This record gives sequence, structure tokens and C-alpha cells, in this order.
Amino acid sequence: MTVKAENISKRYFRKTGGANHFYAMNDLNLTITSGEMTVLTGRSGSGKTTLLNILSGLLAPTEGRVWIDGTDLYSLDDKALSRLRNEKIGVIPQGRSAIDTLTVMENILLPAKLYGKPFPAEAASRWMERLGIAHLKDARPAELSGGELRRMAIVRALSNSPDILLADEPTDDLDDENTAMVLSAFRAAAHAGKAVLLVTHEKDALNYADQAYQMESGKIRPLSY
Amino acid sequence: MKNFSLSVKNLTRKPGRTAALALLTAFLALAVFGGSVVVLSLRKGLNSLEARLGADIILVPDQAQSKVSFQNLFLQGTTGAFYMDASVLEKALEVEGVEKAAPQTFLASLKADCCSIKIQVIGIDPEKDFTVQPWIERSLARALGDMDVAVGCKVEADVGEIIRIYERRCKVVARLEATGTGLDTAVYCSMNTMDQLLKAAEEKGVSHRMASGDDVISAVYIKVKDGYDIDNVNSRLNSRVRKATAVRTRSMITGVSDSLAGVSRTVTILIVAVWALAFVILLLAFAMIIRERSREFAVLRLLGASRGMLSRTVLQESALCGLLGGVTGVGLSALLLFPFAQLIESALQLPYLMPDMINIVWLGLGTVLLSVIVAALSSVIAAYRLSRVDPGNALREGN
Ligand SMILES: Nc1ncnc2c1ncn2[C@@H]1O[C@H](COP(=O)(O)OP(=O)(O)O)[C@@H](O)[C@H]1O
Ligand SMILES: [Mg+2]
Repeated sequence: MTVKAENISKRYFRKTGGANHFYAMNDLNLTITSGEMTVLTGRSGSGKTTLLNILSGLLAPTEGRVWIDGTDLYSLDDKALSRLRNEKIGVIPQGRSAIDTLTVMENILLPAKLYGKPFPAEAASRWMERLGIAHLKDARPAELSGGELRRMAIVRALSNSPDILLADEPTDDLDDENTAMVLSAFRAAAHAGKAVLLVTHEKDALNYADQAYQMESGKIRPLSY
Repeated sequence: MKNFSLSVKNLTRKPGRTAALALLTAFLALAVFGGSVVVLSLRKGLNSLEARLGADIILVPDQAQSKVSFQNLFLQGTTGAFYMDASVLEKALEVEGVEKAAPQTFLASLKADCCSIKIQVIGIDPEKDFTVQPWIERSLARALGDMDVAVGCKVEADVGEIIRIYERRCKVVARLEATGTGLDTAVYCSMNTMDQLLKAAEEKGVSHRMASGDDVISAVYIKVKDGYDIDNVNSRLNSRVRKATAVRTRSMITGVSDSLAGVSRTVTILIVAVWALAFVILLLAFAMIIRERSREFAVLRLLGASRGMLSRTVLQESALCGLLGGVTGVGLSALLLFPFAQLIESALQLPYLMPDMINIVWLGLGTVLLSVIVAALSSVIAAYRLSRVDPGNALREGN
């Protein structure tokens, strides 16, 4: 499985000041493949999150296409695109992404629940165990620390066994030990045949990467390491 | 009802929000259900009254005209004591256009040793009577015998019981169905029984005889033949039958229908006002929820929920709130309406008769359905907006 971003441009409208719009991304090309872990770094505001949202089908590019194997992502209607995201793409967004009214375990099983699929309860338990949040499974998100919430989001993405993993600075609020654990989990996922894209500031991540890019003002260039 | 349990969890785990929304719809349901029951009760009361009245014209003694107010006769059940010679009946029957004429005789018992209860006694002629008799027949298969009485539903006496009226023992042979009018507080007997009771009353010093004659009656109920103008017959009666005054029953009842229309209008305005208010407040409440929950819905988008699923979730949740509120509101107004029916009746001073249980049940179900629809409707905008939430932006904000 490959995800291919082809000549992507993204224009944003500014709410204040200067010209009323600007390009956060211009003619960008990127391919990520199953079995590989791709690391993307770059300064804040360089467009990493924008790219990730475009790849996950959440943000339509102004120009260009996103292909998942033979499928043009943005030619799908909302229903089909949503279903595809649910089945094939695991997204770990920046910041909090818990549903407050559900317990940690319910949050993790939510993607399966949405489409009435069998619960990946075993995988969920295993990943929670591995990332050290097993004891929190019945807790409510409000009781969790930032790092624990982040690991919950990671377990949620991993447990529902997507083909593609898109993670936006997932190790941000984690300590070194947990960071290492998460990175090796992503590495293992890539080994298991998933296409992994990891946006991070973490220098260590490069040690796990099959390919690495640097992003700058909406353009990417390969990073030698 | 996919993801139904998700909606339920959202509601049960945000009890404050759920309760607030449900309470709003509860008010709506309360107004709609309560108001409708009151209006229906009044309408049924009026219908029952018209049926009981059955007569187009009532003939009463001249001097009684001021006393025989409709209010007294049919709302409070105090008939007053006025009498005229029984020959009025024959004279009335001779008047052109009169189809039926039936006499009634009124007597009030005393609150004294001689009587077990203070009550209005109404003597009727079962053969001729077309106003009260059909009603009595529904509870009593045979005619009223000597010293038999049928009691209105509000009289405290059971079938088989003996009640004393001026030392005479009368047997209760039937309890009549409720009419919602003053008729419910009276006791009915045959003219024979009434004669004996009148004599007994006289022995006790209660005078009722006018001057001459043994045979007295209090009123004659008249039905006009088809094709005759009631007003014309009314004036003919007034000129031909001496010492009696003919009164059109319509003129008695219009007062009631006017007040009924007034109450209906008030209730309708109230319902519309509550409706509009609740709808606006619900709209605002849901608009607030849009902001509060946009992050939650962005997460659902991220996890693969489609726009349709999101808007269904919103509608489902608000419909459930509406259901909760509707049931609460209907329950609450039932708790207020049924135990306090007496109070409402005396406060309104209008004939009041609860609709049949089955109608009340339907009305309750309809109200609950309405609450569900209104709640869902007021969340349509929120449902649309939330389903269109831009996940990228929503997740960026308030990190
Ligand atoms: N919805 C938006 N509207 C306008 N500008 C945006 C929007 N989202 C992002 N931007 C701008 O686009 C640029 C790239 O943002 P982002 O992709 O979040 O960068 P990164 O994730 O690398 O920090 C930034 O300058 C940001 O301010
Ligand atoms: Mg970012």
C-alpha cells in the first residue's frame, strides 16, 4: 500500500492583516509505502500538520491529488472517504483528542464502535499494557495527564490495525522512556507492513526511520542522516 | 439507530446538560398536555351539559325568573324553591310548535336532623322526561320506583343505602355517570316520590305551595318541533301560558360557551407562547453546544465518522432529551391535573368533565411525540454545523 501526495498546494485564508490568503504548501510531492517508516521534521508553522490533514482526508488540498493505492482520496464522497479513513488510516493528532464522556477503553474502541465492527479488545489491552496505561482503562480522560492522553491516542490508532499510521508529534509530552517505547512501537508497526508517517522534533526518531524529510515553508526536502 | 449507546452515554455522562434540555421540553409538554386536557375537559363538560339540557326552552314561574339563573341550575346544582301549578304543563303542550314538554319539581333537603344529607332533590316524570331520564337509564335499567332515588356521582351515598329526606326513607337505586355539571350533586326521583317528599317537607314547616292546587311543578322543559322557530314558540309560550315565563336555554348556555371560548383562547395563547419560548431557548442552547462540542465532533471525524453519522448523533441525542422531557412534562401535568380536577373545576366555574382515559393516553403520547420532534427540530442547525466542523481547525484550537 502506498500513499502518494501529488503536486499538492494548499491555500489558506488569513483572518487578519496583509494579503487575504497565502499558500501554506506549494506543489508538494511525497510518497509513503507499507513497511516503511517516514519521519518528517520541520519548524513550527512550516506546514506539517497541514500536510498530515491532507493525507488523512480531513483537509482538501487546493490543488493536487492524494492517492491511496489506486484511489483518488478526494474524489470519494464523504461517506466513502469517512469509511476509508476509519478502516485504513490511523490518525494521531496534535493535542487532546479524547471524547470526554467515554472512558479510556471506550475511547480506544470507538473507531470499531462507529461502524459496528468487532472490538479489537485484545490488541487494545496489549498496546495499553505496552505503553503503560493499562491501569487507566476505566478512567475518564479528564483524570489523565497530557502524556497519558497522548498514549491513549496512540493505542487507539494502533489497536484498530490501520494500514496507514499518521502521527503528529506523538511524543511531544512524553518522557524519554515512553518516547523510546512509542518510537519502537511505530517501528514495529512498519515492520508489520504498515505505512508510517511520523511528524516529530525528536532527533532520536531518525534512528528508526527508513526515509526522512525536512519541511520548510510548505516544501519538503530529503534529510540526510 | 446505529451508535445509539453512544448517544445514551453522552447524555447520561453529561447529566447537567441533559437535564437542562429535558427540562425545557418538559415545560413545553406540560403546557401542551395540561392545556389540552383542560380545554378538552371543558368542551366535554359543555357537550354533556347540552345533552342533559336537551330542551330548547324552559318554562318557570314568573317570580322565579330571576332565581333560575343558569349558574344556579346547572353549575352549582342549587335549583331554588319555586313552584307553579301543574296545569302549566298541559297549557304548554297546547301551544303550537311544542313537540315535547316534561315537568320537573325541585326540593332542597335541609341540613338538619330530618335529613341525612343536604341535597337538591329533582322530581321527574320518567314517561315524559327527555333531559334527565336518558341519562338515568344508562345506570338504571328499570324506572324509578316509589321512594327510589338515583344519585349524581358527587352525592355521598352508595347504591343500596337508605337516605332520609324529611324523615322519609329513600333507597338509592343507582349512581349516575358524571356530567361535570351541577347535576352531579343532585338526587333524582319520580313525581310520586316527590309528592310525598313535598308533603313531608310541609309537615316540617318548609312551605312551598304557592296558593292553590295540590299539584305543583317547578319547571317545564320544552322541545320545539322541527321546522318551528324557537324564538317564535318562545314568545307564543310567554303570551299563552300565564304565570309562567319561557326562557330559551340557548341564552343560558351562550354564557358558558363564551367563557369556554375565552379559556380555550387563553390556553392556546399560553401554549403558543411556551412553544415559541422553548423553541428559541432550545435553539440557543444547541447553538452553545456547537461551540462546546466542536472538538469532540472533530475527533469523531478523525476516527472515521461521516457527516451523516455526526448529524444523526446530534439529532438522536436531542430527540432522546425530548423524549425524556416529554415524558416528564406529561407525567408532571398528570400529577397536577388529576388530583386537582375539583379545584380547577371550581376555579373555572364552568362545566368540567375529564376526557376518557383512552383519549388522555393518546393525548399524552401525542405530546411526547411533539416534544421529541420539537427537540430534534431545534437541534437541526446544530446538527448541520457540527457535521461540517473542520477537524483540522477544531483540533488546533484550544490545545
Ligand atoms: N485553518 C487555517 N487558516 C489559516 N491559516 C492556517 C490554518 N491552518 C494553518 N494555518 C497556517 O498555515 C501554516 C502551517 O500551519 P501548520 O500546518 O499547522 O504547521 P505546523 O504543523 O508545521 O506547525 C501556519 O502559518 C499556520 O498559521
Ligand atoms: Mg503542527
